[in-house]
Amino acid sequence: MDTAKGVLVFGEIVDGKLAPVTIELLGAGRKLANELGEELSVLLLGSKGGSLGQEAIAFGADTVYTDTDSIFDVYNSDAYTQAASGLCKKALPAVMLFGHTDIGCDLAPRLNGRLGGGLAMDCLALAIDPATKFLVSTRPVYGGNARATMVAKAARPQMATVRPKTLPAAERNDSRQGKVVMIEDKIDPSVMKIKVMERIKEEVEGVKLEDAEVVVSGGRGIGSKQNFEMVKELARVLGGAVGATRPVCDEGWTPAGLQVGQSGKVVSPKVYIAVGVSGAMAHITGCLGSKCIVAINKDKEANIFNVAQLGLIADYKEVLPALTAKLKELKTA
Amino acid sequence: MHTIICVKQVLDPEIPPAKFKIDPETKKVIPPAGVPPVISVFDERAVEAACRLKDKNKGKITIISMGSAKAADVVRHTLSMGADDGIVLTDDAFENLDSFGTAYVLSKAIKKIGAFDLVLCGRQAADWGAGQVGSILGEMLGIPIITLACNIEVTGQALKIRRIVRDGFEVLEAPMPSLITVSSEIGLPRLPGGMGLMMARRKVIPTWKAVDIGAEAAMLDKANSHTEVTGLSVPTRKSECEMITGVTLVEAAGNLAARIIKLV
Ligand SMILES: Cc1cc2nc3c(=O)[nH]c(=O)nc-3n(C[C@H](O)[C@H](O)[C@H](O)COP(=O)(O)OP(=O)(O)OC[C@H]3O[C@@H](n4cnc5c(N)ncnc54)[C@H](O)[C@@H]3O)c2cc1C
Repeated sequence: MDTAKGVLVFGEIVDGKLAPVTIELLGAGRKLANELGEELSVLLLGSKGGSLGQEAIAFGADTVYTDTDSIFDVYNSDAYTQAASGLCKKALPAVMLFGHTDIGCDLAPRLNGRLGGGLAMDCLALAIDPATKFLVSTRPVYGGNARATMVAKAARPQMATVRPKTLPAAERNDSRQGKVVMIEDKIDPSVMKIKVMERIKEEVEGVKLEDAEVVVSGGRGIGSKQNFEMVKELARVLGGAVGATRPVCDEGWTPAGLQVGQSGKVVSPKVYIAVGVSGAMAHITGCLGSKCIVAINKDKEANIFNVAQLGLIADYKEVLPALTAKLKELKTA
Repeated sequence: MHTIICVKQVLDPEIPPAKFKIDPETKKVIPPAGVPPVISVFDERAVEAACRLKDKNKGKITIISMGSAKAADVVRHTLSMGADDGIVLTDDAFENLDSFGTAYVLSKAIKKIGAFDLVLCGRQAADWGAGQVGSILGEMLGIPIITLACNIEVTGQALKIRRIVRDGFEVLEAPMPSLITVSSEIGLPRLPGGMGLMMARRKVIPTWKAVDIGAEAAMLDKANSHTEVTGLSVPTRKSECEMITGVTLVEAAGNLAARIIKLV
């Protein structure tokens, strides 16, 4: 364990660029590495890995490990696990960070199982304990009702997946120096047990949830798929995205991809309007980063009013049409 | 086709946040009185997924649940949904295990059960939500792992799985046996029917202890835990909600519109 050193970031490449979460991890990883007085490295897999190396260095990496085999251009759990575990066995990082993304959520636990490390998922904060030099990870538990801090005393690497848009992005400095190391080991094709047959993009109408400045979410209180149109109409008028709670997705009033919350999307718009949403922590966890939460609920005791800044106690059917009409008027004025 | 499903009994996650209390000393949650524990949501959906496979392809479903003796209640619930057999894994040595310890116990129980074609877990538990027991278990069993499934089918000798990704889903093909973690998008679980309830009531649910599954003491020793919880707290929220009013609801809606327009 004493031989384990440095911080390794698992980098993600999206549309040929470093994913925003990777730049956030480089920022966080740089701080942790400085506190440990050790190196920050990043693993970039896929044909763009080499060309993005300098950029990762500009964002704080000392060493970029890359394997530019195009086999990595589409995420494959088996291939990524083998590549990442191979690197960890050689580089022996003390700390390894992932984004809490579909890839990170798949890869980190599996890698942990293979390496015998200590992993904390969905972290909101990371720190180094000054006395022990252990990584201290803070993560939500009980659907966001509580927060736990976790450490791994002996198991290495100490791993964490970090929730996107939670930690500040690294600052770019193009004069930074670092080295790019090509990974020599080739993937053994016999480890590839799972075949990726196809990837299907789900087209959402209008603005993408994660990027939207305004999100209008409907909950079970909306009552029917037909009435959910009112939620969509308000989103349309505001040029925002539509979100939903899990029961709404379960009922099929909206596609599952619109679920906001602990097991759905995490959004941080300027305004989050929650209509007929009770405010269960598992949902709220997904929108707490919003600048302003607006709640419309007929129950004045609903928990949503404990996290909202603006509230309207009413049956939504009696206020949503007027609200939408007024906003339309104000927008065009 | 033999499917083994790992299910966990948890504090009902739908209790109102105001009733949620912890003991920071012991780093544990204090269950509110009179609220019975429930099956973890995603585990219940895993059972639903297995029942759908059984409806189509026949076969057998075995449930294992590590926890207190009370975990028999959630096992019985899965039997009423359509599972065939259930086993509770309970032992003082199993208490407060981390994800590695839990996966180890489950792996030993699965090895004792014998041949299987599929292992299902929920994507994460509704309480601690660590989201890693399934994957560690798959690695320990040395079988392929697919996470976040929203549909599972059997085609010949293989499994066809839909997996949720950021902007849609992927269609994967995996051999049997594999381990799959199930997400809620698979759909709502069935309600137990009268027959199912009756069968479930009659079933004997054995309990296995550490010795029964040959779990080594060193693997259960807390001193060897991979991770340790060092603190538990309830975040305080200082939001002051300003209630918008009006003489009529329509006026209130107009007032709210005037506030929202300034923010966007
Ligand atoms: C591990 C785990 C993960 C989870 N992940 C998520 C997640 O990612 N996202 C998520 O959303 N949930 C998630 N949940 C579920 C979550 O705990 C809640 O069950 C869910 O968010 C409740 O949805 P809701 O607010 O739509 O429904 P309800 O709790 O049923 O609330 C409906 C609300 O509508 C109000 N209402 C009813 N009629 C009207 C009306 N006419 N006008 C105005 N108001 C009305 C009611 O007063 C009530 O407050 C998760 C749960 C667990 C255990």
